Amino acid sequence: MEDRIALKKHLSTKHLLGIKNITTDDINLIFTTADNFKEVLNRPIKKVPSLRDITVANLFFENSTRTRISFELAEKRLSADVVNFSASTSALKKGETLVDTVNNILAMKVDMVVMRHPNPGACVYLSKHIDVNIINAGDGAHEHPTQALLDAYSIREKLGDVKGKKVVIVGDILHSRVALSNIFCLQKLGAEVMVCGPTTLMPRHIGSLGVNVGHNLKEALEWCDVANMLRIQLERQEIKYFPSLREYTMMFGLNKEILDSLSKKITIMHPGPINRGVEITSDVADSDQSIILNQVENGVAIRMAILYLLAGKIEKSA
Amino acid sequence: MNRRSILNEKSFELTINRLCYELIENHNDFSNTALIGLQPRGANLAERIGSKLHEILGSKEILHGNIDVTFYRDDFRRRENPIVPQTTSMNFIVEDKTVILIDDVLYTGRTVRAGLDEILAYGRPRSVELLVLIDRRFSRQLPIEPNYVGKTVDTVETQKVRVEWEEIDGKDQVYLETE
Repeated sequence: MEDRIALKKHLSTKHLLGIKNITTDDINLIFTTADNFKEVLNRPIKKVPSLRDITVANLFFENSTRTRISFELAEKRLSADVVNFSASTSALKKGETLVDTVNNILAMKVDMVVMRHPNPGACVYLSKHIDVNIINAGDGAHEHPTQALLDAYSIREKLGDVKGKKVVIVGDILHSRVALSNIFCLQKLGAEVMVCGPTTLMPRHIGSLGVNVGHNLKEALEWCDVANMLRIQLERQEIKYFPSLREYTMMFGLNKEILDSLSKKITIMHPGPINRGVEITSDVADSDQSIILNQVENGVAIRMAILYLLAGKIEKSA
Repeated sequence: MNRRSILNEKSFELTINRLCYELIENHNDFSNTALIGLQPRGANLAERIGSKLHEILGSKEILHGNIDVTFYRDDFRRRENPIVPQTTSMNFIVEDKTVILIDDVLYTGRTVRAGLDEILAYGRPRSVELLVLIDRRFSRQLPIEPNYVGKTVDTVETQKVRVEWEEIDGKDQVYLETE
């Protein structure tokens, strides 16, 4: 009962565009709600009727497996109606603009939009032009808020609390929306963050976000409680940022040898998709220190919580 | 604000005892019966009934869980803010069991309706019975009636029935508040 009173009961925002513009209270509310949905997901029947009068459109202008399936499962387990859209099969190829495409979909009475787009800020732009709740499922190299929330939630689950923990994000920070959202989210929850990777893959003013910057994997791992290994986003790299993948792996790839040489047992995370043998070796990814599959499992609960809380803000049609 | 006592400490205890003996009459040794409390305050009643039955029947463990019906409510998006749910703790399935649904106050019947829906997520029970401490009669919005009632009261919509528990509020008592 006490928890109920202490917690804020609604999100401060109508959209989830990024972690930067939500509050710590919002994050905690999402986590508490996700705890309940996690329990729902362990029931014999993993479905609740909360969103039965809501229609959600999943607009994926960029490829995705995990995030799209995770959102779709979350929506279906809340009993929402779901329409899927992917850019490769759409009329976008015929020259339609983003706002037109979305407005056409909304004309068919859609209440919420989950969108992934290759351009940073696409969701913010859309939120200024249309009147539905928008959830950002990744916009270019900008933010990926649901991933950051599920990462922090997984840390909280594994280590009890996020506050005071030391988290290092390793790899292609320059092209990573996961890194940016994670930095905002972890800092709001009171964790210390370090980014580690080749100088060429480090945004120039990253230090101004209040994170430590490192270029030595061993030192970074020795410092941290949790290591979040990122993929090298070759599809976003128009020029060569390092001589070869092999060299990257030698400098920044996580293998069992380095892991076992550390003075403590750290937790390993990866937002997926994993390039086995590049940023992380198979034996590390599948070890008991890895919570990679827990992250995926928690992703559904976190997305259910976000959908549920945002749907609560939709005016009931008379 | 005007307060009128419905159950004092003494009659509270007597009522709980009576409810337990009524349950025993119908369920014998409770081998195929589960108690399920509706969060938040039905859980307190279920807990109390469970431990009292344990006391009366001896060592026998009675299946006991709590459910939170938030996600099954029919007033989502009709309130100012979504309700933040309480813990659901069900470590058994109800398939072919007799379920006793427990809540502190029965009013419109909508919470119980949601509870009936949620129980089905844990299997198909043989039957479901409803036990309430206080029944606010003549105020139902759905055709739901309790099988076991602690006390029946006549109330109007503007009144509130408050059930207080020793473990939370310091004293077992029920009273009626009138604005």
